[in-house]
Amino acid sequence: MGDIVKQPGRLRPAPENFLSEDQVKAVATGRRDFLRKSFLAAGAAMAAPMVARASEGDINILENPAWTTSLGLPVATNPYGVPSKYESQLLRRESPGLARVGGASVSFAPLQGLFGIITPSGLHFERHHQGWHDIDPSKHRLMVNGSDDSLLKKPKVYTLDELMRMPSASRIHFIECGANTGLEWGNVAVPTVQYTHGMLSCSEFTGVPLKHLLEDCGVDYKKARYVLAEGADGSSMTRTIPMEMVESGEVLVAYGQNGEMLRPENGYPLRLVVPGVQGVSWVKWLRRIEVGDKPYATKDEAVHYIDLMPSGLHRQYSSVQEAKSVITTPSGGQTLLDQGFYNVSGLAWSGRGRIKQVDVSFDGGINWKTARLEGPIQNKALTRFNINWVWDGKPAILQSRAMDETGFVQPSYGQLRAVRGTKSIYHNNAIQSWKVIESGEVSNVQVL
Amino acid sequence: MFRFSKTILVFALFGASTAAFAFDNFKGIGRQATPAEVKAWDIDVRPDFKGLPKGSGSVDKGQELFEEKCASCHGTFGESNEVFTPLVGGTTKDDMKTGRVKGLSSGELPQRTTFTKVATISTVFDYIQRAMPWTAPKSLKPDDVYAILAYMLNLSEMVPADFVLSDKNIGDIQKILPNRNGMTTDHGMWTGASAAKGGIGNGGKPDTSNKACMKNCKTEVKVASSLPDYARTAHGELYDQNRPFGPVRGTKTLGGEAAAAPAAVSPAMEMATKNGCMACHGVNNKIVGPSYNEVLSRYKDQTDAEDRLVAKVKAGGQGVWGSIPMPPNGHLKDEDLKTLVKWILSGAK
Ligand code: HEC
Ligand code: HEC
Repeated sequence: MGDIVKQPGRLRPAPENFLSEDQVKAVATGRRDFLRKSFLAAGAAMAAPMVARASEGDINILENPAWTTSLGLPVATNPYGVPSKYESQLLRRESPGLARVGGASVSFAPLQGLFGIITPSGLHFERHHQGWHDIDPSKHRLMVNGSDDSLLKKPKVYTLDELMRMPSASRIHFIECGANTGLEWGNVAVPTVQYTHGMLSCSEFTGVPLKHLLEDCGVDYKKARYVLAEGADGSSMTRTIPMEMVESGEVLVAYGQNGEMLRPENGYPLRLVVPGVQGVSWVKWLRRIEVGDKPYATKDEAVHYIDLMPSGLHRQYSSVQEAKSVITTPSGGQTLLDQGFYNVSGLAWSGRGRIKQVDVSFDGGINWKTARLEGPIQNKALTRFNINWVWDGKPAILQSRAMDETGFVQPSYGQLRAVRGTKSIYHNNAIQSWKVIESGEVSNVQVL
Repeated sequence: MFRFSKTILVFALFGASTAAFAFDNFKGIGRQATPAEVKAWDIDVRPDFKGLPKGSGSVDKGQELFEEKCASCHGTFGESNEVFTPLVGGTTKDDMKTGRVKGLSSGELPQRTTFTKVATISTVFDYIQRAMPWTAPKSLKPDDVYAILAYMLNLSEMVPADFVLSDKNIGDIQKILPNRNGMTTDHGMWTGASAAKGGIGNGGKPDTSNKACMKNCKTEVKVASSLPDYARTAHGELYDQNRPFGPVRGTKTLGGEAAAAPAAVSPAMEMATKNGCMACHGVNNKIVGPSYNEVLSRYKDQTDAEDRLVAKVKAGGQGVWGSIPMPPNGHLKDEDLKTLVKWILSGAK
C-alpha cells in the first residue's frame, strides 16, 4: 500500500475515492503499471503529463475537473428536484421474509445515512395493510359523526377545499411503528439500523387540530371520551384514540408534510397525526372520525398491536412510544475507515415529551458520557445527539441511553425482558448495542 | 357602572354557550352529513355490538363462501400460513370454558392464530366486513359475513355444523370465545385518562425504571446475542446500502460481483407488482397461484396460449393448477393484460 499512502492530498486508506477497486488490487499485488493503464484509457494524450503531475499532489486539485471548466445545466432541468446521481444507496428497503405479500408489509427508512431529524419524504418508512393508493383529492371527503346522536350535534362532511381554509398548525413530530425493533425481542436478528430501527421517521406536519372539527360539529366532551379514526383504503384502518389527546390540541388532521402535501404512501391527501403514539394510530387516507363513549377493539388493537406478556395475557390499547435512542453512525453493517476521530451521532425520542439527556457508552455500558443534543429540542420529535470519539483501534461496544423530560430512562434488554419477556413483538425500546472489532467492522449485538 | 356590568353579563352568557352549545364555528365550512352518507360509511361494530347489522348465515353457506372468496389465501380450513398467519387453530374446549388460551402462557403454541388472540368477536365481524377479501374489500353483504364467521367458528370447534349465526345469538359466542379473558389494560401505555378516572390503564406509569448511572455501572459486559452468520447476508450487500464516501463504508457482506448495481426492474414487473399479481405469483415460486416459470413451461409450445391466458387472467377461474381460484382482473385494460401475459410467457424478467 506504500504508493497510495504517499500520494498527497488524501487520507489513508479509503482508496475508493481516488482509485478504483481494480487499481487498488493492482497496487496491492505489486502491478506497478496500474496508473499508466487507467490513464491511457482516459485519454492517451493526457496520460504522460498526468502521471508526471500525480507526484506533485492530488490530481483532483491540480487538474480542474469538468464541472469547474464547463457550463452547468439550466434551472428547472428537473422541475421536481431529485437527489444526486451519486446518492443511489440510501433507499427504503424491505426485510426479506418479514412479510409474505408486499401490500401488507413494511419498508424501512435508511437511518444509517440520514442527518438531523427530518426524514426526507421519499425515504419515510412505509407500512401498509392493504396496499397504497394515490387518492384524487377532489373526491376525498372527511366525515365526522357520533356513535350515536347524543354525542355530537351535527355530523358533518368536509372537503379538502374547506379543511385547507381552517386555522392550521405546523409541528415537527416523530412517527414510529409499534413493531419497530420488534424483530429483536428475543435475539439479534437483523444486521443494520435500517432494519432494527427504520420504522421511524420525523416530519413537519401541517393540518387542522382535530379539536376544531369536533367542536365545529358540536361534540359533547362529557360523553364522548374516545375517537375512532378510519382510513379510505381497502383496509379502512381503524384505531381508537383518547379524547384527552384531542382536547389538548395536539392531534392534527394533516395534509402537509415537510412543506408539500403528504406523499401517497404516507396518506395523501389526509392523515391523522397523533404525537407520541405508535404509527398505526396515525390513520392514513383519513376519511372518517367517529366520537364514542367506549373504545372500539378494532382488528389492529385486538388481534395485532397487542403485546404478549409472559403470563399469556396481551396488553391491549398500548399506544405510547416510550423513550428510546439509537446510534446511527457508526452502526451495524458499517466499517470504520481508520483509527482516529469520529463524530458519533444518533437519534433519541420519547412519546411522553421532550428528550432531556442522552448518554453514550463506548465500553458496553460500564461508563457513560453525556452527548450534545442539537436544539431546538422539540416535543415528541426526534432529537439528534452527537459525541466526540477517538477510536484507538481496539474492540468497543457503543450504546446510547435516552432520558426524557419525565425522568424516564431507556431500559436495558435485561430490564425490559424481566418485565415483558421476549414475545411481545411491540414496543421494544431497549438500549441498542453496536460492537466494533479491530478491523473496524461494526455489528449488532445485545448486551443485557 | 351600568355598562360595565352589562358587558360582564354578555361575556358570561357567551362563555356558557361556547361550553355547551356552540358549533358551526367556521362560517361556510363543512356541511351536514345526510343520513344516507353516514349509513354508507359508518359500518364499525363495537365490542358491545353497537353498529352490528341485522342478518344471519349458516356454517354451510359460510363454507361455500369461504372456499370461493377466502381459501385462496387463508387455506380451506383457515390454516394457511402462505399469505398471512393462520386464522384458526390453537384453541381448545378447555380454553372456551376459562376464556384464556392456555397455549399462550405454556409456550406450546407454534403460531398465534387469530382465534388464539382475539377477545372480542365483534372485532372479527367488523374486520371481515370492512377489509376482506383482501383484493375485494367491502364486497360482502352482512349475511355473507355472518355465514363466513359461522364457518370459522365451526372450524374452531365452537359451534356445530348446523349452526346459524345471527345478530341475535352473536352475544352467546362472545361468552365462549376462547381468549375472551386474555386482555389486560393494566399498563402505562394508554395516552388518555386512567381506569381510575373512567379511562384505560394505570395513568401512564412505566413498567421499567432504569437509572442514568454514569461511572462503573457494572462489573462485566454480558453479550447475550450476536448477529447470526446467515443474517449478515440475508439483507443483501450492505456495502451498497451506505454511501461510498463519508466517515464509514458499508461492510462488504457478499463480495465483489454482488456489489454491482442491482438490475433495473422491468416495466412489466412493475405493472405486475402494482396490480397485485405478485401477491399471488412468484417468478420462480408458487404463492397462491403457480409461479410464472411453471406457467411458461406449461404453455411454451402452444401458439394460442397468449390469447387464452389473457382471457383467463381477465375472468379469473380455477381448475388448471388446483382448486384455488384466481379472482377476476377485469379492472385491468386489455392491452395491459396482454403485456403481462406476454411478459410471463417470455420468462418474467
Ligand atoms: C388475496 C389474499 C386474501 C384473500 C382472498 C382473503 N384474505 Fe384475509 N387476509 C389477507 C391478508 C394479507 C391479511 C393481513 C392484512 C393485514 O396485514 O392487515 C388478511 C387478514 C385477515 C384476517 C385478520 C387475521 C388476523 O389475525 O389479523 C381475517 C379474519 C381474514 N383475513 C379473513 C378473511 C376472509 C373471511 C376472507 C374471505 C371473505 C379473506 N380473508 C380473504 C389476505 C387475504
Ligand atoms: C388472489 C391471488 C391471485 C392474484 C391476485 C392473481 N392470480 Fe393469477 N392465478 C392465481 C391462481 C390460484 C391461479 C391458478 C388458477 C387455476 O388453477 O386455474 C392463477 C393462474 C394464473 C395464470 C395461469 C392461468 C392458467 O389457466 O394456467 C396466469 C397467467 C396468471 N395467473 C396471471 C396473473 C396475473 C397477470 C395477475 C395480475 C393481473 C394475477 N395472475 C393475479 C391466483 C392469483
